Amino acid sequence: MKRNVKIRIAYVSIYVLFLVVSFILGYNPGKEIAFNFISFLIYMLKILPCAFILIGLFEVWVKKEVIEKHLGEESGIKGYVWIILLAGTIAGGLLVAFPIAYSLYNKGAKLSIVFTYIGAAAICRVPMTLYEASFMGVKFTMIRLLISLPLVIITSILLEDYLTKRNYKMVEGK
Amino acid sequence: MYYTYAITGLILLISFIINKRRTIKAIKISFIKFKKIFPTFITMLILVSIILFLFPDEVILDYLGNSSKFISVLLASFIGSITLMPGFVAFPLSGILLTKGVPYMVLSAFTTTLMMVGIITFSLEKEYFGVKVTVIRNTISFFIALTIAVITGILFGEIFL
Repeated sequence: MKRNVKIRIAYVSIYVLFLVVSFILGYNPGKEIAFNFISFLIYMLKILPCAFILIGLFEVWVKKEVIEKHLGEESGIKGYVWIILLAGTIAGGLLVAFPIAYSLYNKGAKLSIVFTYIGAAAICRVPMTLYEASFMGVKFTMIRLLISLPLVIITSILLEDYLTKRNYKMVEGK
Repeated sequence: MYYTYAITGLILLISFIINKRRTIKAIKISFIKFKKIFPTFITMLILVSIILFLFPDEVILDYLGNSSKFISVLLASFIGSITLMPGFVAFPLSGILLTKGVPYMVLSAFTTTLMMVGIITFSLEKEYFGVKVTVIRNTISFFIALTIAVITGILFGEIFL
């Protein structure tokens, strides 16, 4: 067994043991932590199956050439427009954005597009933006979107430059 | 949430009608990918459950409501970076904070770091992109959030130049 796996088993066991003991002794912090864990687990199990099924379908149906053409090295400004629209319509935030971004990269999307996708998925999903505006006001939300999007795109391009010079490649086989 | 399921179901169905073998292959890929990353998700959940216990809503309220604006912005971005909560929890909370007199720029720092910077999702992100890129991306996002907070402050008249 690998060392990492052993460590993981160790802390998961400690964690579970702590929760079980908390319940037996009626220790409140332990109960609250268990409650947090379960409510987040449910939240994740609601969004993740969809996300991974879509990723699977994307992998078998979308041709590499299509992604390379529209989101790859030759894509230009249009590529950023496409990727922001895509990010805006997919629910789930960062948790879902990472595996999707990874698949996009493996299909030939360039790095700046991949990072723009992650940033945009975090800040400008349409349903969430509407929700945000209803609590915080339209002005607040507009300022945030109009300032963050250009910054996300510019920093993504800079990050791509930096990483390309250093021959960065993502980990394979995730 | 439901429309995501409806659309996924529909796409899956169409895919199945067009090509059964490919669709089954797609589902297999989904399953393998999910299985590979699942342990990391569990690690993340354990962290989330502990962090949320240490920073419940009342504590956040307390921290963000009671100090000078600039210290609040820094505290807000710090709390936003280490916690993780879905938008449907974060925005109502921010709405409450707003009515309690917390400045817009502080809430901007809080919600933006909450969404863009993930100390808790670090373990997940590095599985895909490696440690170095994860550190760089989160650092950049942190400064983007601070920039947005400052501009929000100026435009809402909370910072006087």
